[in-house]
Amino acid sequence: MKDSTFPMSEDPELHAYVDGRLDPLQHAAVEARLAADAALARQIHAWKAQRLALRELHAEVLEQPVPAHLLQAAQLLDRRSSRFSQWSRWGGMAASIALAFVLGWAGNMQWQERAVTVATGARATGQFVRQAAMAYAVYVPEVRHPVEVEAAQQQHLVQWLSKRLDRPLKLPTLTPSGYELVGGRLLPGDSGARAQFMYQNANGERITLYVGAVDGAAGKGMGETAFRFANEGGVASFYWVENGFGYAITGKLPRPAMLVLAEAVYRQI
Amino acid sequence: MSTPAASHSLVGHIPDLRRYARSLTGDAWAADDLVQDTLERACDRWQLWSAGSDLRAWLFTLMHNLFVDGARRAMRQAGQRVDLDDVINDLPAPAESPEQTLDLQRCLLRLPPDQREVLLLVTLQDLRYEDVARITGVPIGTVMSRLSRARSRLRDLMEGGAPAAAARSPALRRLK
Repeated sequence: MKDSTFPMSEDPELHAYVDGRLDPLQHAAVEARLAADAALARQIHAWKAQRLALRELHAEVLEQPVPAHLLQAAQLLDRRSSRFSQWSRWGGMAASIALAFVLGWAGNMQWQERAVTVATGARATGQFVRQAAMAYAVYVPEVRHPVEVEAAQQQHLVQWLSKRLDRPLKLPTLTPSGYELVGGRLLPGDSGARAQFMYQNANGERITLYVGAVDGAAGKGMGETAFRFANEGGVASFYWVENGFGYAITGKLPRPAMLVLAEAVYRQI
Repeated sequence: MSTPAASHSLVGHIPDLRRYARSLTGDAWAADDLVQDTLERACDRWQLWSAGSDLRAWLFTLMHNLFVDGARRAMRQAGQRVDLDDVINDLPAPAESPEQTLDLQRCLLRLPPDQREVLLLVTLQDLRYEDVARITGVPIGTVMSRLSRARSRLRDLMEGGAPAAAARSPALRRLK
């Protein structure tokens, strides 16, 4: 008897029956046991009902779009783990990734930077501000999902992104300049997470604040930099590095207006 | 999954990971944090994943380790020293769910984390008992006993008979 080796409820055959993992012969044997034992049958049927209920639990999550920061983390892994990229497997996502790369490439080709010292680490800050502009170009036109977490959940937003970026973040207020927070999102950077905060004025014009560790900046004498300005195709950025952490404020505004915003951010951070 | 394409299906596993994490934690934000941590750890350690082995099982193993770490940390922060098996109280109830889902989720959260994990891996994820044993790092006999206790206890909880469950489970370990 199996009952002599297992407590009844630990009998693997019964669990395998509930989980539908028996071959027809074993299945029939369990059915026979159940037919002969009403209490056991009640228990097993309750377990089967429970299994069905659990199988339905949060099934709606499977239908929800995957949050962008999770997709990006997965894509980062796929890029690392594979030398050759089979974008076609990814269906529609391929298009957006391809777009991001084209934007990045175009940015590389056309980027004009001023006042960049030819020092070690300048490449990293240049890369940082290009990524800020790329993120601006990708998400600012977005109508339905410009941000992952909206300003209404500001406290959660700050906690979440502080945790991901592994440093306490402060959200600057730009209300005196006419810009209100829309929200923020998490993005991948060279060596870790980056965050993008989006602000919008009454005319629906948007600017972004892009923050994150600058690869190698701290270790190569680039821990601090002055304000710098970059402009590409009308997308302007002021950016700087402080304690190895980069900040870029990006928008389609004239340089003086951008400078006002950048100074406002700098004062508050 | 023994094809080279396995490494490309990571994105395809995300919905599964999110749903499992959601059921495990009972909280949408905590769940996505757990998924994010899992993906990041996978990123750090992908060299350790032997290509050709089951990517899904590996991801669930990483998530299991993070979940257990998190549960231990939460206990330390609460200033308690308890066996994982004993931690059943004061877990958050999920929000915005239909009533039945709410009940099921709330009762699930009252299971000890290791029992909850095994039950969800077996039912929700339909993983083989051997795979569950590998993922959670325990012998298969332990998987079966956790599964059994989880099923009995959850049934009692759903039927509102928690005290009866305790009375009928003399096998609960206390390691103090």
